[in-house]
Amino acid sequence: MTDAYIYDAVRTPRGKGKKDGTLHEVTAVRLSAVALNALKERNNLDGHAVEDVIWGNVTQVGEQGACLARSSVLYSDLDERIPGVSINRFCASGLEAVNMAANQVKGGAGDGYIAGGVESMSRVPMGMDGGAIAADPHLAMKAYFVPQGISADIIATEYGFSRDDCDAYAVESQKRAAAARADGRFKSIVPVTDQNGLVIMAEDEMIRETTMQTLGGLNPSFKAMGEAMPGFDAVALLKYPHLEKINHVHHAGNSSGIADGSAAVLIGNKEFGERHGLKPRARVKATSKVGTDPTIMLTGPVPATERVLQAAGMSFGDIDLFEVNEAFASVVLRFIQAFDADTDKVNVNGGAIAMGHPLGGTGAMILGALLDEMERSDKETGLATLCIGSGMGAATILERV
Amino acid sequence: MADFHYSVDADGVATITWDVPGKSMNVLSYNALRELDAHIDTVLADDAVKGAIITSGKKDFAGGMDLNVIAQMKNDAGDNPAQGLFDGVMGMHGVLRKIERAGMDPKTNKGGKPIVAALPGIALGIGLEIPLACHRIIAADNPKAKIGLPEIMVGIFPGAGGTTRLVRKMGAMAAAPFLLEGKTVAPDKAKAAGLIDEVVPADELQARAKEWVLNATDADIVKPWDQKGYKMPGGAPYHPAGFQTFVGAAAMIHGKTNGVYPAAKALLAAVYEGALVPFDDALRVECRWFVNVLMNPSSSAMIRSLFINKQALEKGAVRPKGVDDQSVKKVGVLGAGMMGAGIALVSAMAGMEVVLIDQTQDAADRGKSYSESYLDKGIARKKATPEKKEAVLSAITATTDLDALKGADLIIEAVFEDMGVKAEMTKKVEAVVGEDCIFATNTSTLPITELAKASVRPDQFIGIHFFSPVEKMMLVEIIKGKETGDRAVAKALDYVRQIRKTPIVVNDARFFYCNRCIIPYINEGMRMVGEGVAPALVEGAAKLLGFPVGPLQLVDETSIELGVKIAKATKAAMGDDYPDDAVDEIIFWMADQGRMGRKAKAGFYDYDDKGKRTGLWEGLGDKFPLADDQPDLTEVKHRLMMAQVLEAVRALEDGVLEDIREGDVGAVLAWGFAPWSGGPFSWLDMIGADKAVEICDGLTDAHGARFTTPALLRDLADKGDTFYGRFDTAQDAA
Repeated sequence: MTDAYIYDAVRTPRGKGKKDGTLHEVTAVRLSAVALNALKERNNLDGHAVEDVIWGNVTQVGEQGACLARSSVLYSDLDERIPGVSINRFCASGLEAVNMAANQVKGGAGDGYIAGGVESMSRVPMGMDGGAIAADPHLAMKAYFVPQGISADIIATEYGFSRDDCDAYAVESQKRAAAARADGRFKSIVPVTDQNGLVIMAEDEMIRETTMQTLGGLNPSFKAMGEAMPGFDAVALLKYPHLEKINHVHHAGNSSGIADGSAAVLIGNKEFGERHGLKPRARVKATSKVGTDPTIMLTGPVPATERVLQAAGMSFGDIDLFEVNEAFASVVLRFIQAFDADTDKVNVNGGAIAMGHPLGGTGAMILGALLDEMERSDKETGLATLCIGSGMGAATILERV
Repeated sequence: MADFHYSVDADGVATITWDVPGKSMNVLSYNALRELDAHIDTVLADDAVKGAIITSGKKDFAGGMDLNVIAQMKNDAGDNPAQGLFDGVMGMHGVLRKIERAGMDPKTNKGGKPIVAALPGIALGIGLEIPLACHRIIAADNPKAKIGLPEIMVGIFPGAGGTTRLVRKMGAMAAAPFLLEGKTVAPDKAKAAGLIDEVVPADELQARAKEWVLNATDADIVKPWDQKGYKMPGGAPYHPAGFQTFVGAAAMIHGKTNGVYPAAKALLAAVYEGALVPFDDALRVECRWFVNVLMNPSSSAMIRSLFINKQALEKGAVRPKGVDDQSVKKVGVLGAGMMGAGIALVSAMAGMEVVLIDQTQDAADRGKSYSESYLDKGIARKKATPEKKEAVLSAITATTDLDALKGADLIIEAVFEDMGVKAEMTKKVEAVVGEDCIFATNTSTLPITELAKASVRPDQFIGIHFFSPVEKMMLVEIIKGKETGDRAVAKALDYVRQIRKTPIVVNDARFFYCNRCIIPYINEGMRMVGEGVAPALVEGAAKLLGFPVGPLQLVDETSIELGVKIAKATKAAMGDDYPDDAVDEIIFWMADQGRMGRKAKAGFYDYDDKGKRTGLWEGLGDKFPLADDQPDLTEVKHRLMMAQVLEAVRALEDGVLEDIREGDVGAVLAWGFAPWSGGPFSWLDMIGADKAVEICDGLTDAHGARFTTPALLRDLADKGDTFYGRFDTAQDAA
């Protein structure tokens, strides 16, 4: 089978995904085009250079509706002969786009792809696309649906992570992100500019210094919906009857931030690189995706990692660096616990708790972050994985070439 | 003879009067629906008729559907009962939709004939679904009338358009208490809620209905959902407000029903799916979910136990034949403690003269004051009136004087649980009361036959076992001693009918029927704790089985003290055969720690100052540390279930139970045995005797002889039989 290589990865800085965020004024198509154009410029992608743009995006309504991928291509400087396909695997959409592109390349369906994703959570709020999983009573009850925050709290309860454990993890994430930014490690960032070339935003804006004391003052975010109205804890306990109650430990400070941003990755076979005069940065060694219990929902990184290691013929110890999306502190803590992982190898430059989690884009962002760090610290192998809504997980193993 | 009568007056207003011959309450039968259909056709076809009133010839409108209709529909389609039900229910929709559209032009909504429902009294189930299809609902101001859709209470949901119409009329949120809780209300409240349109004085009902028919315009008779631009109140599921409602409703219902009631789930699914499509499609969607529920064995079992058999028992299905009416006029209650006070209350509420006896006047008065505070609360909640309070209190004489018992035709003894004390009371009281008087004991632990030895008239001696709190618990367990005669049984049954509770009659044996099953359930829970099973898993498994309280909570409620007492007494009586030493280790230890249960604010659970449970007691883990290997959920469920179910089977084998209907109804009402299952025997039939034997054999291997398959169950499995196949006595009793 053909090898699939990563030739480049870029991302926008992540803006606060609320009305007072810097990127709130930027449309989702423009945000997408920033990443697409950067990739085009940096890699001479003139003409019908790639087979497709596979674009992750979660809330596909309003300005993100009607195949945002194709709209983004048309908005960008890419050739109109390049099509576009929007995909939604919730929080892993950006990574899934990369995996799909890599697997297309491996299977011989085209030489080169752009993959990535975008989310303007400030402009198209999460949940605006409705969804049967929550509202269709037959499905919601069959799947024991609870919102993600409750799921994160189930993980903490089931696997024994206290509020302090989660807060300590969050403090560390902020510290690592701040240090990485100070050290100029986020090499894949391209600034968001306006139509006149003026810079709107050039650096992540959500990283902040914090302490256990500060975080300790925050109220749990999911206690009310769990214990009072409408009482999701009761549903969770039907699925986890050995738990007496759900321990609500997550809050705004130890969960991923709502954010705006986009990221794009250039993937191709050997010939593609040669044709465009590009040097491959890494090989996509293996990919995986997996379904899990939808109620605890966010434990997917564990089986997805087991599966991708199996596909790669590797063991956990063979991996030098890990990016595990910081959707909630307990998600990463569970990953570390399950594999008895060395915390110095996991999310070494912080993650979504510090920088934010623009749903459709994050997967491609953490893949780029992994690649940058593998190069910086001269490591051979890296693994990126994300937990996913409705109970899924996805993972990718990169190998430097 | 017809169930509906048709007439047209001089002004061209037709009246369709529902009056089922030979019954005090209208219920809708299969043929009656066809009659109604034919009358509607006549109304619509006859040019001389301007419109119609649908009303009742009785004091009430209708109590609901004859549940045999469902069986008939199932049978109609032979080997495809789902198709039969679907066709049958769609046929009902056709009739009601014909009323609703009333011959109007489908495009212009003009030219229809007004059809009004005039309700003199009770209108429940189909008795409200037919009115909901009419263009206006007018009810008489009858405060005793109940209006609503109680179907959910027996394991189904309103399936003749009631669900779809009510949601479109009121919105999902406002309709929820009526659909999901089966709430029924008096006419004034029904109007306030928007369930009906108008309330008028009873003697003006027909005139007002006629007036409305004669004045109704085309616009008056078009339902909102048949008009362009209709929007559901509160928002459809993918409207922002509606979304929150539907997401919340699914979670709330799921949590509240512990996921075991198919009807609540199906109802909500019908509401959701129906809200997303036009009205006629919504009726079809409702029908598909309704059929899904009717085909579910849980629904059949719930209807059988909670409706058909419960009613049969209340109407005297097991009353000895040939005994005259034994209605109680004057009852003497011995002992004014919690039970005695409750018995006095319910007896006085039922219109009996009550003499409440205790050793001191103070104690007797305190017993009576229980009734006073109960009624005061009722008045505060507008459930009782000062007149009612006055009547009840004046019916109760609280005294120490046994002579006051003269003239009593029933004595209910509720004194201290001690054979000697009870024997002495029996003798003293029998010396005072007349020879015809029946003497009942409310013992829960002492054998009736033994107690009867103190009586000079053992054939008039019987057990009437109440559950606590008396005024709330719906079941009364009547226990026959060896010598108990038919008149005593009839007396007890007539008394239970008077206080509007449900009776079961069982024979005398240790713990009778109910406690015999409850105790092993509690013990199995405690035994698991002793083995190191997570207490939360034990309690959680019980909830997943549909039990209102887990075994550990139950023992806290009934008190550890009582558990210790029963354990000691049982051990003394059984000697070497006593099987529960492992349980005693736990309960005696709990007692030693002073953790006596909820009253002590410390038991298997911790409690706050107000006596509210705050969580399982962590100290339990120090004494009984969690085992590394926790059993899987299924095994815990099987242990909790079989512990009580097998006891019910043994009670049947031993002849303690004479009728499985009583075993099922009693279990659900007395200790909340998984109501969705219809009771222990229905549950066994549902899983099949084969499977039950397999589970028992596995549990016996793993946990010992208490799970040994009873011979009767094994025989059913061998012959491919069911309990209801072999023992259903409903036909004989009907």
